[in-house]
Amino acid sequence: MSFLEHLPVLIVIVPLMAAPICVLLDRPRLAWLVALIAAFSSLFCAIALLSQVLDGSVISYELGGWAAPWGIEYRIDLLGAFVLLIVSAMAAAVLDFAKASVEHEIPTDRIARFYAAFLLALAGLLGIVATGDAFNVFVFLEISSLASYALISMGRDRRALNAAFQYLVMGTIGATFILIGIGFLYMMTGTLNMQDLAERLPAVADTNTVRAGFAFLTVGIGLKLAMFPLHLWLPNAYAYAPSIVSAFLAATATKVALYVMLRFMLGIFGVDFSLHEMPFAWILMVLGVLGILSGSLVAIYQDNVKRMLAYSSVAQIGYMVLGIAIATTAGVTAAVLHMFNHALMKGALFLALGAVVYRLGSVRLNDLSGLGWHMPWTMAAVVVGGLSLIGVPPTVGFISKWYLVIAVLEHGWWPLALVVLIGSVLALIYVWRVLEVAYLRPRPASAPPVSEAPLSMLIPVWLLVIANIYFGIATHLSVGSAERAAALLMGTAPMGGAQ
Amino acid sequence: MTPTLLMALILLLPLATTVGVVAFGRRPNLRETITVASGIGLFLLVAMLGLSPDWMDAPRLLLAEPIEGLPIAFSAEPLGLMFALVASFLWPVTSLYAIGYMRAHHEQNQTRFYAAFAVSISAAMGIALADNMFTLFVFYEVLTVSTYPLVTHAGTDAAKRAGRVYLGLLMGTSIVFLLLAMLWTWSLIGTLDFTPGGVFGDESGLVLGTLLVLFVIGTGKAAIMPFHRWLPAAMVAPTPVSALLHAVAVVKAGVFTILKVAVYLFGIDTIADLAAADWLAALAALTILLGSLVAMTKDNLKARLAYSTISQLSYIILGAMLGVAAGVVGGGMHVVMHAFGKITLFFCAGAIMVAAHKTRVSELDGLGRTMPLTMLAFLIGALSIVGLPPFGGTWSKWWLVQGTLDTGLWMLTAVLLISSLLNIAYLVSIPVRGFFVAPAAPATGVKEAPLPSLIAIGITSAGCLALFLWADPLYRLVGEVLQ
Repeated sequence: MSFLEHLPVLIVIVPLMAAPICVLLDRPRLAWLVALIAAFSSLFCAIALLSQVLDGSVISYELGGWAAPWGIEYRIDLLGAFVLLIVSAMAAAVLDFAKASVEHEIPTDRIARFYAAFLLALAGLLGIVATGDAFNVFVFLEISSLASYALISMGRDRRALNAAFQYLVMGTIGATFILIGIGFLYMMTGTLNMQDLAERLPAVADTNTVRAGFAFLTVGIGLKLAMFPLHLWLPNAYAYAPSIVSAFLAATATKVALYVMLRFMLGIFGVDFSLHEMPFAWILMVLGVLGILSGSLVAIYQDNVKRMLAYSSVAQIGYMVLGIAIATTAGVTAAVLHMFNHALMKGALFLALGAVVYRLGSVRLNDLSGLGWHMPWTMAAVVVGGLSLIGVPPTVGFISKWYLVIAVLEHGWWPLALVVLIGSVLALIYVWRVLEVAYLRPRPASAPPVSEAPLSMLIPVWLLVIANIYFGIATHLSVGSAERAAALLMGTAPMGGAQ
Repeated sequence: MTPTLLMALILLLPLATTVGVVAFGRRPNLRETITVASGIGLFLLVAMLGLSPDWMDAPRLLLAEPIEGLPIAFSAEPLGLMFALVASFLWPVTSLYAIGYMRAHHEQNQTRFYAAFAVSISAAMGIALADNMFTLFVFYEVLTVSTYPLVTHAGTDAAKRAGRVYLGLLMGTSIVFLLLAMLWTWSLIGTLDFTPGGVFGDESGLVLGTLLVLFVIGTGKAAIMPFHRWLPAAMVAPTPVSALLHAVAVVKAGVFTILKVAVYLFGIDTIADLAAADWLAALAALTILLGSLVAMTKDNLKARLAYSTISQLSYIILGAMLGVAAGVVGGGMHVVMHAFGKITLFFCAGAIMVAAHKTRVSELDGLGRTMPLTMLAFLIGALSIVGLPPFGGTWSKWWLVQGTLDTGLWMLTAVLLISSLLNIAYLVSIPVRGFFVAPAAPATGVKEAPLPSLIAIGITSAGCLALFLWADPLYRLVGEVLQ
């Protein structure tokens, strides 16, 4: 077997193996370098995988040469490869930025372990996407979750410990629910392989066990996804985590949870069962709308900018959930597209805030006074990221909103279109609160002088900012992949009868 | 040069100016020379575009295609060329005026001012040359964002509040209504290209009517009531901004959008059949009257001019909603006529503020004795707005009244005539009192505004006269829209 054939597993193994190396080296700089190399290797694997499945083919890989259903199958289709690209690219971007930021925020003797935890989280997230085995999803979910609890607890603010504990409790409940759900499915079908599950479930779909499994999985994934009203762990976790952890988790963790939802609900249970037989679509629609409105409204009243962005994430997850709830290919396209686009915006914004923390030590709104003139490049990045969040063309945010509203209007559901657009206006309000303080309020004379963030931070931030505009203009990759991934999900759904 | 290349240059030149302004920010003379020079260059480019033989049939300039079938592309057509001509002619004139005003007023952050100004002009050019509604929308939003720092230039609490109203109303309406209208149109017919005669097929009157309402109220920049509050709020900006942007570029971008939607998305024949268009015409008529009435109560000169602008913008909306050729011709010409008249008035208001430090109408009695040139220009601008010969405003009002007569809606005719009377009362009275009423206290040390400002005032008031005498090219240009 050639090297390329092992890509589906290499993308997970490399960061997984790099993590203990970081701990063994125990040197901050070396650990950073190892993490960076691992992340870029994963990114390379993700690009190679995506280019292989772009035509709609599927890569199946037998772990250790054991064929399914005895062995574990890794299965990469277009949706998976697309999410792998998002996760590994964001990891690479965040790690580019990380060196100075981590040295600033984490005690020196813990830096190596910090990078180890970061790599474990990355490996976990990648594994969830790469695997074709339901139980394996749970295993990787736990790896990534445990690593993220540790990462969040390393925040400088003592409240980070509380936030991590809160996340741990809710996350564990979520993981347990997922495990119970998978257990029910196993009970009824005797398999854990996703393909087999999808094949065998229709025969037993009309049982309470399967329905209960479906319910457990929905709630469990909803918790990991921070879907309204299961989002309560998210604001604190994002607000008090170290800067690069906020950026990484905001850009990737919820996206992977959304992937799991798509995979289980549409891929395994099937479109007909999930969206038509169960009242799943309606529930998602209501929760999505409530998430958009409540997340945006609460964001307006936040004084901590990171917390504000966290609530904005709750709203953005609402958009993605709404996309699935539309239950058409166009809707799922919008959801998958927003996964990609939202990763770009939130990555750029959280990293820019990381630069602010590096110079200022705070992200409270009042402390940002006049920062637009003292850190012009950083704040300009916040401007573009903010415009993207609002959905102003030509940024990625606009493309997301466009596809989502068009999908809604296909059904003639114009009140939902209004909800999406009102969400944009609310985003305008919370973004502009920050910009007004940063640009129009003079920096108090008593405040210590600040200077622009170092170039090593500005470059990754601006790479993401430029990506926000680039993918807002040249949408071939993002829209093309999302469209085809959605078509595969909706069309090849086992119970949809399309196959 | 081919028309396509010219369009590219027209869009790029103001952006290049921004770079130049920022690069030479510490050398005011050079910075302002760059601004004025590229303003003149821009006007020449637009004029060359209009004079090139095949400018209307030239291939469009394609920048990008973010969504299939929805490109960011540019092409020239008569309405857009007219808007571009006005904005690019008045940009260097305003820059000249600004040199005098900003220095005499000791404004801060002048580099930022000139830079944001150039970006705004670039956005206005993008709107003028937009090949489809999507492109227009992109630059519409760019214009909102790039004028925001100009509105909040002073950085005071009042400026911040005004900025919130400005951004909230302009972006809010454009996102909730205009974008919704675009999305709905797209989901109905799958195109947003501006096409002569309109793009809609046999959609029901209810759907088309709702869409038209969404388009018109979504274009917040046209300041139709009740979405007009941003315009008086924007008057906290320095006067050159109020003059060029809030009498010409921004507000005209709004009514221009409505004209384009009416002519190239709906088509005037469709508009003529829509009941919703009549209702919108009535709303515009209401805005005309209410705007004039509110203007009469305003003692602050710039606020009075702002409400006058709100009223005058609705003339154009009214013209677009009539669904007859004369209405479109009148509306299109009024874009130009009102621009020259109102910018003159704002220039004068700024000159009075700088030279005599007066902002209230009630303080202006007898000012004609110390600032005769300024007051004369004010009179010319006011008469042009009223629509009296020998000034340009005559022609646009003529065609608008003609349009209302063609539709038989005599109530609208009456509104136009009453409004003209109101204009006399609240605009023409100012210079009359300035010349003939004795000042309350003898003015000491007041002289005319700085020379660059005076030259600018002279150019625009001469423009008001010239547009009366040589209105034919303009008429023919707008007439081509209906071919």
